[in-house]
Amino acid sequence: MHDWGWSELVTLFSHFVSLSLLSIGGAITTVPEMHRFLVADYGWLTEDQFSSSIALAQAAPGPNVLFVAVLGWTVGMNAAGGPSATPQAWALASACVFVAMMGILLPSATLTYFASRWGQRNRKRPTVRAFKLAMAPIVVALLLATGWVLTAGHGSWVSHPGPYLLTLATALMVWRSRLHLLWLLAAGALAGVVGWV
Amino acid sequence: MQTPRPASVRALFWAFSSLALQGFGGVLAVVQRELVEKKQWLTPDEFLEDWAVAQIMPGANVVNLALIVGDRYFGWRGALAALAGMLTLPLVVVLALTVALSGVADQPAVQGALRGMGAVSAGLIAGTGLKLIAALRDNVMGVLACAALAALTFIAIALLRIPLVWVLLGLGLPAMAWAYHQLLEQARHRGAP
Repeated sequence: MHDWGWSELVTLFSHFVSLSLLSIGGAITTVPEMHRFLVADYGWLTEDQFSSSIALAQAAPGPNVLFVAVLGWTVGMNAAGGPSATPQAWALASACVFVAMMGILLPSATLTYFASRWGQRNRKRPTVRAFKLAMAPIVVALLLATGWVLTAGHGSWVSHPGPYLLTLATALMVWRSRLHLLWLLAAGALAGVVGWV
Repeated sequence: MQTPRPASVRALFWAFSSLALQGFGGVLAVVQRELVEKKQWLTPDEFLEDWAVAQIMPGANVVNLALIVGDRYFGWRGALAALAGMLTLPLVVVLALTVALSGVADQPAVQGALRGMGAVSAGLIAGTGLKLIAALRDNVMGVLACAALAALTFIAIALLRIPLVWVLLGLGLPAMAWAYHQLLEQARHRGAP
């Protein structure tokens, strides 16, 4: 765990770079690969640290891709010898966050930027219009499917109906009401604390 | 028709910062509500189109969406501003939470709260999907084809867990061919090339 230096940072960076262009459907789809690398192969994170990092980032505000920053931070803290407030530990953890986020973002953001510019310039072409029209119903279904997959991570709906009911109720509220989304999240947190889900 | 648009690069940065900070458990539902319903920088159709591109490109979907929307208004400066807005403050918040919670993250109450919020954030994403069904009504492929495509996609991804790339190839390509055909038909009926 000790003597972290440039070579470890480069390893971390190149791993996230290699996953960036594979992360179709979001960085969350490469979680199994990150787990293999960070936990199984290198032992930079424990099993518990890995899963609680992801849960924390999911619950916190901001894009879900920030779980990569939390993973990076925890890797850095571990490398510095566990959670501590020394300037060296903070510096190493910050460096790991920077390296991991840059790695996961740079390749995909660059590609998206140029691809969407091309699409915008050629938006009158029948092929581009056909592509967008064809994708619309698929995208709607992907959103519904993402909701399903995230909830199904808690277990089968037969044995654990709670999360499914909560997800369904939330979806209907979002669709039909104008209630602020924060109220829904607060209600979900409360339901979790008292043990309904 | 004059549509509303962001006043400046700085306004874009703060708009995306505020979106991201409201987005507990994912930002998509907030993006739809703020940019489409409140600020009206995007119509529901434009949102679906941009989201389609954001989703099929690799990388975080909402990050891609920020790039696309920012670029549309202010070029690369807008793209960077929207991206920075989406990531900077939430990054600070999530790392502060990580530091604050290191040690209590395995408490049952904290785990329960995280689980409950996880289920709600799944519902936020699904609810956004339900809302966008309305935008399919005028799709050139027809209501029936749209419903069939959506149902097949859901089954493939949610129930059969087929990797996205195969679903896009297997369903997206035939759908594109059908949409292309329908566009040509439509053009012929209007007598325009």
